[in-house]
Amino acid sequence: MKIDKIESKIVVLPIDNIDTDQIIPARYLKITSKEGLGEGLFHDWRGQKDFPLNQPGAKGAEILVTGDNFGCGSSREHAPWALTQYGFNAVVSTSFADIFNGNSLKNGLLPIVVPKDAHEELLSSNLAHVKIDLASQELTLPSGRVVKFPIDSFAKQCLLNGVDELGYMLQQEPAIAAFEAKRVDSVNTLQ
Amino acid sequence: MTNPRTIVEKIWDNHVVAHQPGAPALIYIDLHLCHEVTSPQAFQMLRDRGLKVRRPDLTIATMDHSTPTISHDLNVIDEIGKKQLAQMEKNCADFGIRLYALSSSKQGIVHVMGPEQGLTQPGMTIVCGDSHTATHGAFGALAFGIGTSQVGHVLATQCLLQQPSKTYAIRVEGALKPGVAAKDIILAVIAKIGIGGGTGTVFEYQGSAIRSLSMEERMTVCNMSIEAGARAGLVAPDDTTYQYINGRPHAPKGKDWDEAVARWKQLPTDEGATYAKELNIDASTLEPMVTFGTNPGMGMPISSAVPDPANISDPIEKSDLQKALKYMDLQPGKPLKGHPINVVFVGSCTNSRISDLRAAASVIKGRKVSPNVRMLVVPGSQEVKKQAVAEGLDKIFREAGAEFREAGCSMCLAMNGDMLQPGEYSVSTSNRNFEGRQGPGGRTFLASPLTAAASAVTGVVTDVRSLL
Repeated sequence: MKIDKIESKIVVLPIDNIDTDQIIPARYLKITSKEGLGEGLFHDWRGQKDFPLNQPGAKGAEILVTGDNFGCGSSREHAPWALTQYGFNAVVSTSFADIFNGNSLKNGLLPIVVPKDAHEELLSSNLAHVKIDLASQELTLPSGRVVKFPIDSFAKQCLLNGVDELGYMLQQEPAIAAFEAKRVDSVNTLQ
Repeated sequence: MTNPRTIVEKIWDNHVVAHQPGAPALIYIDLHLCHEVTSPQAFQMLRDRGLKVRRPDLTIATMDHSTPTISHDLNVIDEIGKKQLAQMEKNCADFGIRLYALSSSKQGIVHVMGPEQGLTQPGMTIVCGDSHTATHGAFGALAFGIGTSQVGHVLATQCLLQQPSKTYAIRVEGALKPGVAAKDIILAVIAKIGIGGGTGTVFEYQGSAIRSLSMEERMTVCNMSIEAGARAGLVAPDDTTYQYINGRPHAPKGKDWDEAVARWKQLPTDEGATYAKELNIDASTLEPMVTFGTNPGMGMPISSAVPDPANISDPIEKSDLQKALKYMDLQPGKPLKGHPINVVFVGSCTNSRISDLRAAASVIKGRKVSPNVRMLVVPGSQEVKKQAVAEGLDKIFREAGAEFREAGCSMCLAMNGDMLQPGEYSVSTSNRNFEGRQGPGGRTFLASPLTAAASAVTGVVTDVRSLL
């Protein structure tokens, strides 16, 4: 999937440490495809009337703004699958859990870390418009102020060009074969 | 002469296949563990792209997450779960991967099975589509959880694209007091640094308290590294490690064993190596720990009172604690000790090994489970179950009124029908107390097998030291 620019209103979910069990509960993990996860997104919170995604104006928002350490806990890639199927293309926070961060970049979901002051502006700007430019790594706040965000340079190139990491890895076959020729296997699971 | 390196840096250096400018390093994976929940989409990707599994001989699969524990008869679970397990069988058959299915005597939770079979060895890189893969770090392996896309990458290439991690030294010195367990060490670490405190790092657990732990106890500690945000956590191998591995089905034999041990002895961190971060804990000050909130960092010594949001200044932290206490229906300032509970779960990749079952049985023996409590004991593997039965632990549990089940993940994540009812409280030896983790509306207090068993007997959250 190819990503370049995102321009959208934001939905603010001002909670720290949102774990992937909240993003998509385990009972949605019995599937063998990736289908139907969007409807399970934040399932156990969506029953609450005042849950931010339930606001009438939240529909169509492509950017989710959340508290610190988003995506902690389980490694389930079903979390970014659920977020993208629901319609989100970016999550903005002050930090992300490592596995979630990697999983998101492989699914066209931008995990964007902004400085604390920019984050504070976003937290108080529910449903306001924000622009994200991946190529220049810039996020334009509702006030018009532009902040830079970091992103893994390799993942960025993959996203801008619409290529996935596996293609690159498969091209490394000679190096992998050379490494295997030198190494000693510790185990043989088939024996 | 090379610079002094940590064990993490040594394992990393041994596994770099290629490192091209502008890309992360390509790292070789020595062992890939698969289970039914996070692999089907990866196998589908292989089919879609016409790829094979590069090294089926370095890959192994088991069934654990969706599996029924009442009996291993598939007819007791729902159709979708049944389909998922059938898909696992097909994927393993199609791609030539060994599978420990429900009918196998080696089936078990992936992080119990691997070490048990001698597959987990020092110095290895080990991955699994499961965040508790850090468990295998107990053997001095660099073991971490990956997403399903990466499961596909490893299946196809036996490699991963990775950035190097920093090493975070967690030093625990001194002796644990009676009633204080390995689980209490790791719950104390997480409570201290918070659930994001280890993000971007690999923990190296060190110190006399860690050295004196058994392999099973070290697995408990390493298992929960992810609950502090660290993708991996490990303990340098020593004689305890070698003794555990020696003689297991996949352990090296004869001359290979001597060579392997010689290699493993090179792994411990060099004198003078530097750490990105360090934490020191005095084991003798630790008490049994229990969590009060909705993430594993919200834990405290059992004699403490539930914290008060009024004492927190950061607005989001304050509202998060308020939200957690509302979900848990707990009063700030009150102790947790004495709080009524409904369910006790002894199991999960954190605490379902034979020593965990022995610890719980030692408290249960000669006592009865409170009539208000349903207690589930779920062994981590068929082998653990077999050993427990051989020792008569199953009888101790059953006679006390507990259920003794088949192996699986069970109520740790409630995918298989073993779950809390809304509003129920559990004392659980698992690893996560997230909202709804053990069933929608369920409330979890994480604790050690000793604390869980003591609470099962009294029907309330209990300091096990009062029963010793």
